[in-house]
Amino acid sequence: MNDKGKIMAGLIIFIGIFTFPFYSNLGKASAVPEPLLNTPVIKQMPVKQCVETKEYMRANHMQMLNEWRDMLLRDGIKTYKSMSNGKEYVISLQNTCLNCHSNKKDFCDTCHKYLAVHPYCWDCHFGPKEAGV
Amino acid sequence: MLDKAIIGGSRKYWTWIAFLLTLAGIGTINYIRQFQYGLGLTGLSRDVTWGFYIAQFTFLVGVAASAVMLVIPYYLHNFKKYGKIVILGEFLAVSAVTMCILFIFVDLGQPMRVMNVVLHPTPGSVMFWDMVVLSGYLTLNIVIGWTTLGAERKGVPAPKWVKPLIYLSIPWAVSIHTVTAFLYAGVPGRHLWLTAIMAARFLASAFAAGPALLIILSMIVRKVSKFDPGKDAIQALGKTVAYAMSANVFFFLLEVFTAFYSGIPSHQHSLVYLFSGLDGHAKLVPWMWSAAILAFFSLFMLIYPGLREKENLLSIACVTVFISTWIDKGMGLVVGGFIPNMFERVTEYSTTLPEVLITIGIWAIGFLVLTILYKVAIAVREEEIA
Amino acid sequence: MSMDRRDFLKIIGLSTVAGGIGGAGLLELRKGTAEASSAPHGRNKGSGSTLAMVIDVRKLESPDQYKRCIDACHKAHNVPDFGNPKDEIKWIWTDDFEHTFPGAGHEYVAEEVEKKQFLLLCNQCEKPACVRVCPTQATFKRASDGIVMMDYHRCIGCRFCMAACPFGARSFNWRDPRTAPNLQNPANLNPKFPTRMKGVVEKCNFCAERLREGLEPACVEACKDTKAIVFGNLDDPKSEVREMLRTHYTIQRKPELGTNPRLFYVIGG
Repeated sequence: MNDKGKIMAGLIIFIGIFTFPFYSNLGKASAVPEPLLNTPVIKQMPVKQCVETKEYMRANHMQMLNEWRDMLLRDGIKTYKSMSNGKEYVISLQNTCLNCHSNKKDFCDTCHKYLAVHPYCWDCHFGPKEAGV
Repeated sequence: MLDKAIIGGSRKYWTWIAFLLTLAGIGTINYIRQFQYGLGLTGLSRDVTWGFYIAQFTFLVGVAASAVMLVIPYYLHNFKKYGKIVILGEFLAVSAVTMCILFIFVDLGQPMRVMNVVLHPTPGSVMFWDMVVLSGYLTLNIVIGWTTLGAERKGVPAPKWVKPLIYLSIPWAVSIHTVTAFLYAGVPGRHLWLTAIMAARFLASAFAAGPALLIILSMIVRKVSKFDPGKDAIQALGKTVAYAMSANVFFFLLEVFTAFYSGIPSHQHSLVYLFSGLDGHAKLVPWMWSAAILAFFSLFMLIYPGLREKENLLSIACVTVFISTWIDKGMGLVVGGFIPNMFERVTEYSTTLPEVLITIGIWAIGFLVLTILYKVAIAVREEEIA
Repeated sequence: MSMDRRDFLKIIGLSTVAGGIGGAGLLELRKGTAEASSAPHGRNKGSGSTLAMVIDVRKLESPDQYKRCIDACHKAHNVPDFGNPKDEIKWIWTDDFEHTFPGAGHEYVAEEVEKKQFLLLCNQCEKPACVRVCPTQATFKRASDGIVMMDYHRCIGCRFCMAACPFGARSFNWRDPRTAPNLQNPANLNPKFPTRMKGVVEKCNFCAERLREGLEPACVEACKDTKAIVFGNLDDPKSEVREMLRTHYTIQRKPELGTNPRLFYVIGG
């Protein structure tokens, strides 16, 4: 049991490396982003309503996009019936989602950047035409 | 037991480990490049879509079979002379299957999605079953090898539950070859592959290449440690290699007969490409003739008992078997299947430097796994001797 | 979602029980043989339709007409062009008789046929080998119209489908397609159709995205004036494709392989 020094040194180095993300980001917290809803299409909507409720979309839009993709591509289902307002929507990322949310930079990207997630949608799909993008 | 991989290593051992780690590191750096750029970094194209990686994979599935050629005599026929060597076969299988999995992984265009195979299981796809049998065989050999060695170290008999697993590993070893052969033998329109004896050929070449490597490894183990796998065991394995290599060459000649005696041009094209070139393309010809000459040379050495019984000659025979099957079952079979292409045109394939470095890196990782496992096994055996 | 999970558990359960190469695999095989024995050259018995194409090569005379079809398709689908054969990606292209129909020719083929170029694209087989081998169902045959589709989100890039396709219809993205010179120019892009990403396999989709909007496939439309490509429902005896097949001698590529291509060629006479 004469390895105490080595074990302690090893532990300190391990903890140092393991906690690196925490202290390297210390004091650099950025404000929670607020996705903007000020696009022309949304402004003209009498009732500002997405395909589902805001809370639902915020929590589940990624699963919903996956489901939409499989519905349209694999099962040939072209429309989606909303659970919250009963309306039918055409299933399309580019032509339905991004028709309203034409501000990808201020809508999609701000949150994704804040959360450090990198969805690969845009490797293939074209985002809306935006100034400065 | 794993502590034995670190404790008591000689200077040579650590130099070897460092050497393998360096090669693995070079491979990893090149893989990162491939990951970023795409598989365009390799020599593959739309006509030859599988190449060096899948060739290694196909060959190594065969090497993984070495274990079963020891397990059958030892456990089913009570051939005691394999008692000491069987663990080396099981650990070689672990190392070989590890390399197989890595070679599949580096060949994927979207490696991050590899778990889609499990998420969307497709029983109609041979590739799905290949994943099942390979991961199963890996698990079986790790569990069996580790448990029996652990028991031996404590000087107690291996637990009873290992026996059924050992018996299961025998048909399982056959299944990894059969399923891998089905990857090729089940696709329409590639004449070199569309043959009913593909699985049989895989088994024959596997039972030649695996035990051949095992003989070489046993000789190395004997040299670098106090553990002797036994002269008789090595000689018995030599006979296995002799029979299997004979069957392997025989099966190949059957293919040649069918293609050329039937006179059907499409069945001949790939063989013509491999051995004499097609439409002025002949990149693989020197390789294939080397493989053929080495194969017959090794047969000569193996079949005549007077030569086989001399250990240094046996080792030469085993090296030639290994190289010959590596060329034939690797590049010859995989790349040859793609040439000529579906339009009866010839697009050739040659490897690129990053592709070769990644391949060497994976071999290094395989040998690293092998070295560590063998070190543990040897340490346990040396304890017994001491 | 719940449906997905149930399917998943079902298949996993079945596979586990089967253990080796039994159960599920055998079921799949039996399904195949049953189909084969009841209808060797049978129609698609499923609901909906079976889309097919008849290409009357007699009506395609100038290289320009072929080019129009190819360009229309490749532009509509943002097909990258790297300008070298190693990275090549193509959905539709041309080749001569000997290489389009290997094994079908002989020494004395009519000069007119021998020199003719043929349009090649995915055969949209009834029994596609690519679908059979795909380990993730990233490529699948759509039940509603028999189109062999690609799910680029799911493809792992193993290229087993490329080894299996007897028609060389599939291409792989060896590198990021968006770096291709032709896609650098925004004027060449079709913003309504996505590009692909590196590491996935792609091929002709019979313009599934245009059919959804009630349009004809891009290649059909591009050479509409020549009436060289007839497209329609093979299950409808009154359709234009069936009329063409009834009144002309047509051939398929590699029919002996049993994939039942849904592409037919009128080559002469």
